[in-house]
Amino acid sequence: MADAMLTASLMKPVESVETPARRALRRLVRRRGALLGLAIIVLFVALAIFAPFVTPYDPTAQSWTSVRKAPSLLHWFGTDDLGRDQLTRVIYGARASLAAGVISVGIAMGVGVPLGLAAGYLGGWLDALIGRVTDAMLACPYLILAIALAAFLGPSLGNAMIAIGVATTPIYIRLTRGQVLTVKVEEYVEAARAVGNPRWRIAIVHILPNILPALLVQATLSIAAAIIAEASLSFLGLGQQPPAPSWGSMLNSAQRFLINAPWMAVWPGLAIFLTVLSFNLLGDGLRDALDPRQR
Amino acid sequence: MLNFIARRLLQLIPTLFFVSVLIFSLQQLLPGDPATIMAGEERDPEVIAQIRHQYRLEQPIPVQYVYWVKGVLSGDLGESMRIHVPVRDLVLEKLPVTAQLAGMAIIIALVIGVGAGIVSAVKKNSAWDYAANGLALWGISTPNFWLGIMLIFLFSVKLEWLPASGYVPLTEDWKASLAATIMPAFVLGNSIAAVLMRHTRSAMLQVLDSDYVRTARAKGLSERTVIFKHAMRNALTPVITLGALELGTLLSGTVLTEQIFTIPGFGKLIVDSVFNRDYAVVQGVVLVTATMYITLNLIADVAYILVNPRLRES
Repeated sequence: MADAMLTASLMKPVESVETPARRALRRLVRRRGALLGLAIIVLFVALAIFAPFVTPYDPTAQSWTSVRKAPSLLHWFGTDDLGRDQLTRVIYGARASLAAGVISVGIAMGVGVPLGLAAGYLGGWLDALIGRVTDAMLACPYLILAIALAAFLGPSLGNAMIAIGVATTPIYIRLTRGQVLTVKVEEYVEAARAVGNPRWRIAIVHILPNILPALLVQATLSIAAAIIAEASLSFLGLGQQPPAPSWGSMLNSAQRFLINAPWMAVWPGLAIFLTVLSFNLLGDGLRDALDPRQR
Repeated sequence: MLNFIARRLLQLIPTLFFVSVLIFSLQQLLPGDPATIMAGEERDPEVIAQIRHQYRLEQPIPVQYVYWVKGVLSGDLGESMRIHVPVRDLVLEKLPVTAQLAGMAIIIALVIGVGAGIVSAVKKNSAWDYAANGLALWGISTPNFWLGIMLIFLFSVKLEWLPASGYVPLTEDWKASLAATIMPAFVLGNSIAAVLMRHTRSAMLQVLDSDYVRTARAKGLSERTVIFKHAMRNALTPVITLGALELGTLLSGTVLTEQIFTIPGFGKLIVDSVFNRDYAVVQGVVLVTATMYITLNLIADVAYILVNPRLRES
């Protein structure tokens, strides 16, 4: 019996061996929260891309005849203090928020991952130097550092993205370095070194792919944090500049009309909440799906 | 123990050095001539010359840095360009306001976060657990400033229970002071409560599964004694260190919260100085915030050792 089972398992076709990526995907699909998060993200991305086809209004077109109108069939989310359609502005606002989330995290990873790889793999004085600079950056509270950077760079969406990206960078340096330290003592890295691969090749071809899961989880959660940070900077007037729509700046003007037009504050806030919640749900799901201990 | 504190203090020196370099270099980010930008809209040549002299902008950058650090070390954080008041005085004036707000926020976060964490761990996989997890997810995903605006709408505009803005010092009228700060403190505490809840839950789950808790149960102790006297004490130690990391979130949070509730604290000082292009104040406040954050984390590390006998002995 045991022999038969052993033979059967040995005869299993090679294709049926599950790749790590496929296994992670299968486990991710089982998590309803993560799937819901992914669905909402896809919806927001689609709305942002196809905004002109989704809404008939211009996000910046003012109308003095429809100032601060409550939600109605004509304006589902109502209108703002300048008579602009709120739903349209929320939809177009998704562009600024999503772009800020993705681009700033892209900047953080683009700078942080190579530095973390170098620090972790090469070690020595370079590691010490990068480590101290990372400590210093982490010592400045995230949003305060982003505000200070944005203030000195000047208020604009692009500068806000740079500021958030720079403020996020130390997280990636530290994470990558830590992961590299774990991976670099593995046998396959040892083997790659033994056959004479150059150091850059080992770092990029052998180490980087193995630390990608951790980076992917962190990226998802960082996008959530970056979206809140962009909304915060725009709320303070340091991000997207009016009249271009962004959720943060919409909330800023809504605050002045809380008594007469409370709907102005509801929708942009809800949009931020839903997007951030979705990225957090997806990030949590990815973390569980990619965790080797939970196999 | 003393060795540990000494070692941690020594480690602070390079960190503080790089923090100072980082904050000093912010000035280099200003597009164009810093003196012209700092002089504001009027661009008075006399003012520009004065700024150039005051900040030694005509000297090489490393020399400027040395002068700046010398000033900082002797307690001189520079002077506000707009109201000509030393930054140190501004900071000292605003600090008690933010300290009160932060203190209340920490209490709220501890009560909600640790309470919900214990409940969800003890009643794992029950409706309570799901509710607490939902609450944590809500807390992490809600932007502070939106929650603040919604609370103002509910409690100030609709119900008219609490003031929408303003600040009264505790020493002047404690009731009015609490009324003015309870909403912003809740807003600040909300997201930290969420993180504390997650940490407490996982720490509690680990402890509840340990042998000594099983022993405590086996010898017939009441569930209350097991949880509060045996499990909680050990579960909360890691929460101290992890919770201390949230102090950064707290300090960041004060910026927006104070702005929304018009509370004249540290956070509002940063925003106001950003808009007045009062860069010396921005630098000073960021430096003080970073130093506070580093110090509080050091205190948390020491506290962690103090409450953990195993670490204390080693």
